[in-house]
Amino acid sequence: MFDFTKLSNAVIEGDNEQVQVYVKEAIDAKVDPLTIINEGLIGGMNVVGQRFKVNDMFVPEVLMSARSMNAGIELVKPLLAGGEMSNKGTVIIGTVKGDLHDIGKSLVGMMLECSGFKVIDLGVDISPEEFMAAIKENDGKILALSALLTTTMLSMKSTIDVCVEQGMRDKVKVIIGGAPISQEFSDQIGADGYAGDAAAAVELVTKLLNDNEMVAR
Amino acid sequence: MANLQFTELAYTNLDEFIYGQAKKPVVCSNGMVIGGGTVYPEVNLTLPTMLISEETMPKVLAQYEEMIHGICSKAHELLSPGIIIEIELLPPCTFNPQWGIDVTKVVKGVMNEYYTKFGLKSLLRMTVVDVREGKTLAHMYKGEHWDNVINTFRGCAEAGADFLAIESIGGKHLHDEAVMNCDLPRALFSLGVVGCRDMAILWDEIVKIAAETNCIPSGDTACGFANTSMVMAHKNFIPKVFAAIDRVMCAVRTLVAVERGAQGPDKDCGYEGVYLKAITGTPISMEGRTAACAHSSSVGNISACLADCWSNESVENVRLLGGMAPTVYIEQLIYDCRIMNVAASRGSAFEMRDILSESDRMFDPQAYILDPAVVLRISQEIVKGKTHFERTKIAAATTIKELRSAFQDGRVQLDAKELKYLDIFEKQLKSVPDDEAEFTQFMIKNSTLDKFDPEKYDFNVESAAK
Repeated sequence: MFDFTKLSNAVIEGDNEQVQVYVKEAIDAKVDPLTIINEGLIGGMNVVGQRFKVNDMFVPEVLMSARSMNAGIELVKPLLAGGEMSNKGTVIIGTVKGDLHDIGKSLVGMMLECSGFKVIDLGVDISPEEFMAAIKENDGKILALSALLTTTMLSMKSTIDVCVEQGMRDKVKVIIGGAPISQEFSDQIGADGYAGDAAAAVELVTKLLNDNEMVAR
Repeated sequence: MANLQFTELAYTNLDEFIYGQAKKPVVCSNGMVIGGGTVYPEVNLTLPTMLISEETMPKVLAQYEEMIHGICSKAHELLSPGIIIEIELLPPCTFNPQWGIDVTKVVKGVMNEYYTKFGLKSLLRMTVVDVREGKTLAHMYKGEHWDNVINTFRGCAEAGADFLAIESIGGKHLHDEAVMNCDLPRALFSLGVVGCRDMAILWDEIVKIAAETNCIPSGDTACGFANTSMVMAHKNFIPKVFAAIDRVMCAVRTLVAVERGAQGPDKDCGYEGVYLKAITGTPISMEGRTAACAHSSSVGNISACLADCWSNESVENVRLLGGMAPTVYIEQLIYDCRIMNVAASRGSAFEMRDILSESDRMFDPQAYILDPAVVLRISQEIVKGKTHFERTKIAAATTIKELRSAFQDGRVQLDAKELKYLDIFEKQLKSVPDDEAEFTQFMIKNSTLDKFDPEKYDFNVESAAK
């Protein structure tokens, strides 16, 4: 049985070169490609996620780990049947209409990507109609809305209202976040959840999508 | 157009560098002098949860009117020698300049009423939102976004604003990426090359409008830059030393406003304003413990050491036990200013300053770099740079050196992870070439258009390097 400890540690360290060395070793040892991904690469990223949650890693370190995981996946990908990876689910994320704040939303998007979700980041000042179009186009399972102003948080409700009007509300889970947002507000506007920071957002999305394993198509 | 060169410090003596006093005070038409010996409260407020639209504008204006009545009434009751009110316009009130103008008229109307009836002196700072971003932005200096910013400035100035300000964002997307990755060279490019160049173009316009409308061009802030780092560091997402180095680098960018003719007081959330004061003598507004209503910080007391105006950053109009929040906050600010002003009148200002500094500086590198003595030491190095790029690079290198030495001497606490990052940043900085054009070409080659599109900035590598 192949020992994935070194590979996972290289992911945690964000060491691209070492990750590629150990992935090649695993491939040469005829380890199942999916096992390399799930136990070696994602196994390392799961530790990263836990360490980030308890403030034991900084964001740039998490991003380095994610990049090294992807470097490993690139080597394994051609060996997968069909050559393509699926993901844990697609998240449509953006800052609501009238609001130009970007970085908090981007951070959540990056952390979701690092955790194996596909993220479509629409940017800032996004109208309800643009959110709906992106959900349809990308088969979005999660709609993540960000607002940093007391005068734009109500755009979250407008977005959910449009989602209901277009008959899409039961097809997508809506999560919200941002400085003035609370669980109480989330309940008031009929969102499915509120997350106070990026790590909590990953947990929330995972919970809402029942933490599907990454599998080959 | 002004193009002032600050090659020497306005302050070389720590015994002159103090709150309430600026080498270049701002004298206002109502008799208030910012930096003339009195620290004034500067209250900043915003709307509660509500949408801004054509239909809701009457309610929006009513909210502003209510807030300003509460503030002025409390200031009169507490016999404040004067107050500053800052309105940071919300995006719809810049996308629709007339709405921003209407807000200005309502706010100024109430302020004038309290002056006429009760003699309450007040000044209005209108801060226009820099809306030059988003997917519909065609260009930074022409087109709808630029026009809206400029028209809002002009309209607000004509409607009675005393000070014009902005939290400008040129180069911000590059900087966001730099913060996320703790990439000091990218931050240097964002601030020292792209940001400084953008500031010069933008502030030339603001200064021109101010001159034509008899208004004072006050200042800018690195709110979208170093404050992002500050918040990220506070959440333990990035090292605190990055936020500290970033803050000092931001000083060079914020300084460009003064080089182009801004007179102060510099904006409250620009903690780098202390460097601006050291280098130019311009008065500054600062915020600290009283800004906890808007965001947490590790500089609650030390940020007051050199303040000429004392602010709360922003508070929404919600009811607290003591009254509506903006009214409560002007009360807190007035009391803070009273104690600082009384200390000064008793000859204890320097003791007060040193107590404020000593109570914070040990516990966080972001606090340490606001200590007045440290500010003078680092500023002395910054002004040796001949270009904005050189100055920003020097700012980073000197701050790293200063933090390392402070840690070794037991003057600031840094844990092992923070120290490791000081080494990383030093190494990163050494990789930056001295030639600005070479550096710029490298950075552009390694940036994506969604983070920085040179065409939108009319950006020319060679002209940027001059």
